[in-house]
Amino acid sequence: MLVEALVLSAILFVIGTAGVLIRRNAIIMFLCIELMLNAVNLSFVALSRYLGIEGQLYVFFVMTVAAAEAAVGLAIIIAIFRHYETVNVDNFNLLKW
Amino acid sequence: MTGLFDGLVFESWILHALIWLPLAGIPVVLLAGEERAKEVAFGWTLGLFVVSLGLWWAFDPAGPLFQLQSSVPWVEMWGVNYALGIDGISLFMILLTTFTMPIAILGSFRYIRERQRGFYALMLLLQTGIVGVFASMDLFLFYVFFELTLVPMYFIVGVWGGERRIYAAVKFFLYTALGSLLMLVGILYLYWQANLANGFASFHVLDLLGTPLSLTEQLWLFGAFALAFAIKVPIFPLHTWLPDAHVEAPTPGSVVLAAVLLKMGTYGFLRFVLPFFPEASAHPTVVMVMLTLGVIGIIYAALVAAVQPDAKKLVAYTSVAHMGFVVLGIFALNVNGLQGGLVVMISHGISTGALFLILGMLYERRHTRRIEDFGGLARVAPLLATALVLTAMASIGVPGTSGFVGEFLALVGTFEKYPVMAFLAALGVIFAAFYMLPMVQRVLFNKLDRKENRTMPDLSGREIAVLSPLLLLMVVLGVYPAPVLERLEPGVRAIVEWVEEGQTGALRSAREAHALEAELATEELDGPGRALLHRFEGVEPPLPQPTRTEEGELGRSALVAFPQTPAAPTEIFTVTSGDQD
Amino acid sequence: MTEPARTTTEALAATAQAGSGFDPVLPGIILLLPLLGFLLNGILALVAGSRSATALRLAALAEPDSEEERVDHQHEVGAPKRATHTLPTWIGPGVMLLAFVLTAANFLRMLGADLHDAVVISYWSWMPTGALSVDAAIQLDQLSMIMMMVITGVGFLIHVFSVGYMKDDPGYPRYFAYLNLFVFFMLVLVTGANFPVMFVGWEGVGLCSYLLIGFWFQDREKADAGKKAFIVNRIGDVGLLMAMFILFSTFGTLNYGEIFAAAPTTLVYGGGVVTAITLFLLLGAAGKSAQIPLYVWLPDAMAGPTPVSALIHAATMVTAGVYLVARASVLFALAPVGAAAVATIGALTALFAATIALKQYDIKKVLAYSTVSQLGFMFMGVGVGAYAAGVFHLMTHAFFKALLFLGAGAVIHSMHHALHATHKDWDAQDMRNMGGLRRPMKWTWIFMWIATLAIAGIWPFAGFFSKDEIIWYVGTSAPFGPLYAVLWGMAVVTALLTAFYMTRMMILTFHGPNRTGEAERKHLHEAPLTMTIPLGVLAILSIFGGWINVPESVRNSFFGGFGLLPMSEWLHDWLLPVTAAADAIRLEQMGAYAYQSPIGGGHVTWGFIATGLALAVVILASRLFLSRDVKTALEEGEPTSGIGKLLYNKWYVDEFYDRIIVQPVIGISRFSWRVVDRVLIDGTVNAVGAVSRGAGWFGSLFQTGQLNTYAFILALGALALLGVLIL
Repeated sequence: MLVEALVLSAILFVIGTAGVLIRRNAIIMFLCIELMLNAVNLSFVALSRYLGIEGQLYVFFVMTVAAAEAAVGLAIIIAIFRHYETVNVDNFNLLKW
Repeated sequence: MTGLFDGLVFESWILHALIWLPLAGIPVVLLAGEERAKEVAFGWTLGLFVVSLGLWWAFDPAGPLFQLQSSVPWVEMWGVNYALGIDGISLFMILLTTFTMPIAILGSFRYIRERQRGFYALMLLLQTGIVGVFASMDLFLFYVFFELTLVPMYFIVGVWGGERRIYAAVKFFLYTALGSLLMLVGILYLYWQANLANGFASFHVLDLLGTPLSLTEQLWLFGAFALAFAIKVPIFPLHTWLPDAHVEAPTPGSVVLAAVLLKMGTYGFLRFVLPFFPEASAHPTVVMVMLTLGVIGIIYAALVAAVQPDAKKLVAYTSVAHMGFVVLGIFALNVNGLQGGLVVMISHGISTGALFLILGMLYERRHTRRIEDFGGLARVAPLLATALVLTAMASIGVPGTSGFVGEFLALVGTFEKYPVMAFLAALGVIFAAFYMLPMVQRVLFNKLDRKENRTMPDLSGREIAVLSPLLLLMVVLGVYPAPVLERLEPGVRAIVEWVEEGQTGALRSAREAHALEAELATEELDGPGRALLHRFEGVEPPLPQPTRTEEGELGRSALVAFPQTPAAPTEIFTVTSGDQD
Repeated sequence: MTEPARTTTEALAATAQAGSGFDPVLPGIILLLPLLGFLLNGILALVAGSRSATALRLAALAEPDSEEERVDHQHEVGAPKRATHTLPTWIGPGVMLLAFVLTAANFLRMLGADLHDAVVISYWSWMPTGALSVDAAIQLDQLSMIMMMVITGVGFLIHVFSVGYMKDDPGYPRYFAYLNLFVFFMLVLVTGANFPVMFVGWEGVGLCSYLLIGFWFQDREKADAGKKAFIVNRIGDVGLLMAMFILFSTFGTLNYGEIFAAAPTTLVYGGGVVTAITLFLLLGAAGKSAQIPLYVWLPDAMAGPTPVSALIHAATMVTAGVYLVARASVLFALAPVGAAAVATIGALTALFAATIALKQYDIKKVLAYSTVSQLGFMFMGVGVGAYAAGVFHLMTHAFFKALLFLGAGAVIHSMHHALHATHKDWDAQDMRNMGGLRRPMKWTWIFMWIATLAIAGIWPFAGFFSKDEIIWYVGTSAPFGPLYAVLWGMAVVTALLTAFYMTRMMILTFHGPNRTGEAERKHLHEAPLTMTIPLGVLAILSIFGGWINVPESVRNSFFGGFGLLPMSEWLHDWLLPVTAAADAIRLEQMGAYAYQSPIGGGHVTWGFIATGLALAVVILASRLFLSRDVKTALEEGEPTSGIGKLLYNKWYVDEFYDRIIVQPVIGISRFSWRVVDRVLIDGTVNAVGAVSRGAGWFGSLFQTGQLNTYAFILALGALALLGVLIL
């Protein structure tokens, strides 16, 4: 059971990573990040069965942070969209030195 | 909380006042308004100078080494104390500071035109830092004040400076910060070792004294401390920040920089480096290196000064040369040498401060510092000329002025052990004339051939008031330096005995007295402490006994106070402290 | 500074200890008087200076475009005298007169007392630290008393002379302030009871010399000359400092009394330590007394006002080196090599400077090189152990050389006025422009001939006794017999050269036809009384001054009027308490003095030969230059070839020093600044900064602003970490 769960987690994580790297739409990239977080959550839960309850504890932390992050992140994306009328990250290079 | 006020010994109120009143003056200056800020700042610092004169009487030349001591725990967990105290050396450094400040401020009345409130507030902050440095008896406190002086100076150079002020300010800051960060590492290591040896945490200078260190450790720590202080002094080849900072700094900045800030470096050597690392300091190689750098500084800086087209830069380089004499005197490691070094420090503060003030006055009149833009000024400004000639003579150490006493003693001290070094340094006497006289000639003498100079006004009443105390002091200290010398001597002798005679003398007694006092205090408070521990053990608390093995290393086992006291007392320690809570 | 009450009580205490019966009268006041004069005149000088500065500014404001400085050359001739001008006339010479009277009183008391040990009066503790304890103390003994008499006596005369000479100068009060300060420091120099106090005077007189040489500082050359004097002097001062350091580390004290008392037992005769001490002392003495290799500043020092040349650069300051050797006679007696070095340097300098003097046209330059040469004589004297003879020549030289300089000053004064009256831009100091001045300046002419005969060594003038005594001793001294024979030869040649160039100077200046010019001639005049009276006094001293130290055999011969002279070897006996220790050492180490002149014969025989030779040279030189048709400076120009050119250009020593020392030092300085400081050190510092910046720039390349790039790098990093973990 553990192996399957970890494999699924890895697949989800790779999909998430690939999405972040490949896609240019900020919303999609954001969703991919969530996907990566949940992949990690999955492995935490799976492993907690063998290594102790702390794994599930961390999952709650991650979820909480993810929720907060989603709120802030989406707000930023909306603000950017209002300004640029696009969510293509290629256009966002304000932080370039 | 009772401890807080018990620690503030009444007699040392002058020290507390001298440190904190400048800070208290900042809001006053800020509230005074742009127009009145300078007068308020001047009045405030002048008042502080009057207060500081009280130190002269409060300090008993025949008394114990460190006087006006007071100590309040600051960060108890780490053993950081707000501990103050002075010996003769700090006494004169503090007096020099409080004396220079009002003069520098009075001398800046015409120079500083913009953001006056900010400027004078920073000057007051600077004074807090400097006096703090000289009055601290706690290494942590010292470090805080030492770094605190950087900030106002950085802004003074960076905001009110000349054209390349940013470069100069950043260079000044980075140079000094680099050194002091390394020193911080050294401080922490020393603290940790002392902690191990003493069995309790303390940054108090007297607790850190005699910390058992192997020679290798001493040499490394010496390096860390010496680098920080050598940059501050500055010792060749770490001096290049100084000319830039001086040239760009406004007049009062230069005055304070030359008169007092540089002395923090040499003071650091005397107060910390030599006492903490006596074996490294007396190590022949170290001594030779330091003396060589001192001598190079004297001759090299004099040569470089001689070809400067910029008068202020010239004077800046002469500072390097003068401080070379101080380094020479310090590492001669005998009473005459150290006394000479200290007198050079004081005398350099007065004469170089005066030189910068005079150059500032010339700059205010002509807006140039280039020597070639002047000439023949003695005819339009005889008072200024008289002041400059006298100051120049004091600066190059003509007998009868303070400069001579210092250089002479420093060289006498050096000669006793290192005749060749003394001879080379004595050549600096020639080079001093070689850089100073042409400058004096090209500014004051020769033809009055520039139209702009022909209408130059002579010294105003305010400028006379700025310069005359300095000029007077140059002559008085040159003719009758005995009161200064006799107050400096106990401190100097203590250092020499500590370093040269196997950590004996007044510093040792001061350390013992301090340890005893601390024990009595803990006993009275009925708190946890060594006395209690030792009563439990039934033995008197042993002081660190520095013993020399054949290799010249400190015998560590003999030094550690606690090797005989195993785990049991430690538990008692925790238990009793638990009760307290 | 000092309280007389304390002074006298302490003096009494000191006297009680010495048990000599000598009770000094207000010795501190003697020193304080010139200092007081300096302070008063200094205040007046600042007032006067400020006033003329204001005038200068107003003139510049009125005519901002004028190129000419209006007030610059404006002599205040005939202008109403202000207080700043009249007061110094009284203060300056006044304090000197009082000081001289006090000194004379002390001198008379000392004469009456049988003083063996010096009376030391300590005022306050100057540098008490560690093992070193230096008091601000003065010491009165026979040597310092003679020096004080010369300083205050000749000094007073020169102050009086200055009143006339400088009266039209705008810097009049400043001049007297400097002059008074000089006298103060000079007195400190000769009365100091230990080396550091002496050094205060030593450098103090150097400072005053610097200020006075550059007195007319708007003239660049004069300011340069002052600077040169100071720097060259400082080279010597380093020698003195080093000598003090060695003395302190050897004796643990710097007080004369203790050092000289302990020296014979502490130091090994001819040992390395004492030799080093004496050689360093010699370096110091050579700097101050203008001996080879440090003599170059003295001829340039003639840029100062002429009375200054007379007082500082002839009579007093430059003899400080001789005083130093005489003072440290015990040390030099213990170091035969050091003493021989003194004598050799002296002889070389004497001859070398005399050759240069042969071909100088500037009247002051002739006298300057003559002074260097005569100082060489004094060095020879003290170098061979004839301390009394050296001091004797110091004293007589002070008389006749001061007279010569003041006479030259009177001549220049007159020439200057004459040339100024017609606005002729000739050199007022070039002897080729003079000639025939004996008619308008009869008294000056007579007085200067007296001095010339004195310096030439012609009986019965002062120089005959003092110079011949030195030559005598040089010829008779052990222990370097052959060396001293050579020195003796040099001394004799120098003496003859002296007679020659001095006669040349007199003939060119005072005799023959006048070359100044028709219009100018009628403006040539005798100097005012304030100037001629001091000349007269000095002339009297130049005649009789030599009679105080005549050897017994000479006294009983023709030269002493067959015993008519009231005293014999008075100075020698007077100085015995100071020199006895040194004499004893020399006697012990070398045996009795040989007293054999290299050419044989005794004092008297040699006296006839010497004065005869000198007289012959004077007559020969007179005939030679009288018969010669002298051209003016403009007509003749500079010598262009041969030995004349070499001598005129002073053997090119200045150029040599410039090439060998000055330029390289400046070169090294430039190199140190531009290369070491800026490129190496600052370069390193800036390089550290640049490297940090470069690293930052490199890092900034990765900051594209593209989210994907960041994410990609993040992923790569994570993979790399993973790889590390797995591996």
